[in-house]
Amino acid sequence: MIEVKNLHKSFGDAHILKGVSTTFEKGKTSLVIGQSGSGKTVFLKCLLGLFHPEEGTIAYDGKIYSELTDDQRRNLRAEMGMVFQGSALFDSMTILENVMFPLRMFTKQSNSEMQDRADFVLKRVNLEDAHNKYPSEASGGMQKRVAIARAIVNKPNYLFCDEPNSGLDPKTAMVIDNLIQEITEEYNITTIINSHDMNSVMEIGEKIVFLKDGLKEWEGSNKTIFKTDNEAVTNFVYSSELFKKVRQMYLEERA
Amino acid sequence: MTYLYNIGAYFLMIKEMFRKPTKWSVMKRLIFNDIDDLIIGSLGIVAFISFFVGGVVTIQTALNITSPLIPQYLVGFATRQSVILEFAPTFISIIMAGKVGSFITSSIGTMRVTEQIDALEVMGINALNYLVFPKFIALMLYPFVISIAMFLGIVGGLAACYYGGFSSVEDFIIGVQLDFIPFHITYAFIKTIVFAFLLATIPSYYGFYMRGGALEVGKASTTSFVWTSVMIILCNYILTQLLLSS
Repeated sequence: MIEVKNLHKSFGDAHILKGVSTTFEKGKTSLVIGQSGSGKTVFLKCLLGLFHPEEGTIAYDGKIYSELTDDQRRNLRAEMGMVFQGSALFDSMTILENVMFPLRMFTKQSNSEMQDRADFVLKRVNLEDAHNKYPSEASGGMQKRVAIARAIVNKPNYLFCDEPNSGLDPKTAMVIDNLIQEITEEYNITTIINSHDMNSVMEIGEKIVFLKDGLKEWEGSNKTIFKTDNEAVTNFVYSSELFKKVRQMYLEERA
Repeated sequence: MTYLYNIGAYFLMIKEMFRKPTKWSVMKRLIFNDIDDLIIGSLGIVAFISFFVGGVVTIQTALNITSPLIPQYLVGFATRQSVILEFAPTFISIIMAGKVGSFITSSIGTMRVTEQIDALEVMGINALNYLVFPKFIALMLYPFVISIAMFLGIVGGLAACYYGGFSSVEDFIIGVQLDFIPFHITYAFIKTIVFAFLLATIPSYYGFYMRGGALEVGKASTTSFVWTSVMIILCNYILTQLLLSS
């Protein structure tokens, strides 16, 4: 579980996060949504420990990040998996080497043990035949699946995904969403996804945090987002005609 | 102010490079990869340039000796001194700033642009130790490259002398052996080690801390070449003054 309390982050005169507080539970897929410039990426980078907030605390299963020593922070980061927007695979390594990388860095496993574990997770993301390909030879969807495999190979407690669906076709995006949700439940991970893909919101948003101008504007789930009267949320989520109709149908059904 | 900021950030980078070392089994592989890329991969161009520049030094020296009172073996002597003292350590290092330096900046810079460095940091890896330290260790073999440059520079001079008919091979060899001061080799290798440190760290600094996209990677490579060359020339002057003027 990750507890965020009163998080503030500025860059020079620009006050990006203005006191965000929320909780992300274990075994649930949580989405952070909001318009461009709302502070989503800064928020995620604060959670990852890449940015240091000026005020507020972030607690990972009770361990407050700002109170940890450098070594404890590095150990905590080893418990985190991250799926970057552009996948961020190491392009000089094969897919298998990419997936084995966290094991090589943080475990004392033998080569065959590492390979077995990498085989297992690659199979889990349906990539059993791509071991010897380089990232540049893989499609966007494959690269995302490799990034997920690399993120979960060392059995992380926390999984962070920055726009995991960007640049993917709707069908592949859905496959990636479902994969992340299944893995979250299967391994009981705290998963936080930064997204503005409305299909993801509807499909896997067990918890949704809506950020606006650096503040938490709304919090709920894919079940409650249909019912909200919050103007900022409805303007953002139901900006397309399709989602407007979906919401209308849902409300008519409920009535 | 920007210069001061960069100097401070550069020294902090060097300090961070030695902290939280990467697992030895991983580091060993990285060092061997970098030896292959930075040292072995440079031998061809270094050999080619050394041989021909050694030849040019010999031809120019021979053509400038017009007085019959000056002995012919002076050609070999001048070639040896030019190659060992300046050409091999300094001239080759400037070329390496272009070859190895731009390779280091662009490879690390591309990793920055494509978030690969962020990925390392998120995993809790000291990215500076992982990326820069193996290059620093690999370049500690740089004196080996310079030894080859020294040898081939003199061989190139000998070949030019023989085929150009500027002096006899015997005279050239007498000149090469004349008044040899072993400290000159020590001086050349001290310079080489300092240049190797600059070659590993300045391009890494410009690659690691770059921001932007593909265009900025190109700009960072150019800037790193300029500053590495400037620092090599400056250190060359300071070390020569300190080591040879006493």
